[in-house]
Amino acid sequence: MNSKAFALFKKDFSSEVRTRYAINALVMFIIIAISVILFSVGDERITPGLTGGLLWVVIFFSAMSGLSRAFVSEEERGTALTLQLIASPATVFSGKVLFNIILVFLMNIIITLLYSAFFDEFIIRNFLLFLITFLLGNIGLAVSSTIIAAIIAKAGAKGTLYPVLSFPILLPLILTSVKLTLYSIDGTTIEESIFELAIVASYDGLMISASYMLFDFIWKD
Amino acid sequence: MSNNYSVEAIGLNKSFGRRLIFNNINFKIQHNGITGITGPNGSGKSTLVKIIGGIISSSGGKVIHSSNGTEIIPEKLHNFIGFVSPYLVLYDEFSSYENLYHFAKIRDVEFNKEKIDYLLNKFLLYNRRNDLVKTYSSGMKQRLKFIFAVMHSPQLLILDEPTSNLDDEGKASVYQIVEEESKNAVVIIASNERSDLALCSSLIELEHYKS
Repeated sequence: MNSKAFALFKKDFSSEVRTRYAINALVMFIIIAISVILFSVGDERITPGLTGGLLWVVIFFSAMSGLSRAFVSEEERGTALTLQLIASPATVFSGKVLFNIILVFLMNIIITLLYSAFFDEFIIRNFLLFLITFLLGNIGLAVSSTIIAAIIAKAGAKGTLYPVLSFPILLPLILTSVKLTLYSIDGTTIEESIFELAIVASYDGLMISASYMLFDFIWKD
Repeated sequence: MSNNYSVEAIGLNKSFGRRLIFNNINFKIQHNGITGITGPNGSGKSTLVKIIGGIISSSGGKVIHSSNGTEIIPEKLHNFIGFVSPYLVLYDEFSSYENLYHFAKIRDVEFNKEKIDYLLNKFLLYNRRNDLVKTYSSGMKQRLKFIFAVMHSPQLLILDEPTSNLDDEGKASVYQIVEEESKNAVVIIASNERSDLALCSSLIELEHYKS
């Protein structure tokens, strides 16, 4: 991550503060998604395991509602060409990934806090394992969402294409993260969870490498 | 200031699907000055300047950019090029100053306030420098694009229909800046406007590259 990528991140951050292009959609989606789960559960008692799964459902769909905007907003407004003229593809991708990582972390911290407040069954017994899962899961989610956003930004039916294309790519990450969240709820140790942690870490490494290699081709034409 | 920048096109061709836009374009521009690209609507003027600027790929052939005899790699090309076109869009939610500041920082070049103020004055935008770009007229936006294109002193300046949306005063400022820049840079103008092409010392006519 170099100073050019950080400058691009600052440009995107200032732009987001002015336009609230992604934040409004994300906040509304988080509130609606958690409300729907609360209403549908009602007075029923749900198992702690189910709360872990539902947490990642909210995280996945919230990501689908906001993270595509990193590239979609540039294409829709016609500023993608301007970016091509001022930065190399690697700089553009790094800046956008950084922006999405910050956005994903903010979004998921809010989701987790709201979730803890509203669901009594959501009790984390191995907090360190949850923290590592949260960290690795969010990085994987941000990197994958960014490269998929770059792919769909030039397509016609962006809104439909984004979750459809994201689902198979994010499935290994989401499934393993759900499993790790269940482990942290039932108090499984890190040593016992090392296989799943290795899967998530490998997923992140693979997605970061593949994204940087692919982005040149996606960005140019 | 001497500029040893050169642009060479070798066997360049471009097709969109089955439609051939142009074929087998060869040229070398290696001295400061102004080269024009002309041809009827749909002849591929904008496509050719986009390929020269590294924005899109050609279907065949290649473009070689060199500075002081050293070939420039595509990842570094953006810092050598200034580009103006009607389809270029700057950020509406920022002011002129903010747009230019962000561009300088992302390019990792100095934000030279004196030069920016000189250019803003030259293009009659100084008094509106802190207003959001979304409040500008199309002519003002076109003038701001010129500042965007020359603020980092590019060695290659590519102008696609540079005077569209401009009034006579705006055109005069553009021609003056183009003359100034052509002393230190290679300038390529893609246009059908006679007044634009009158600045050019050589012309590439795309009608000759259709087969």
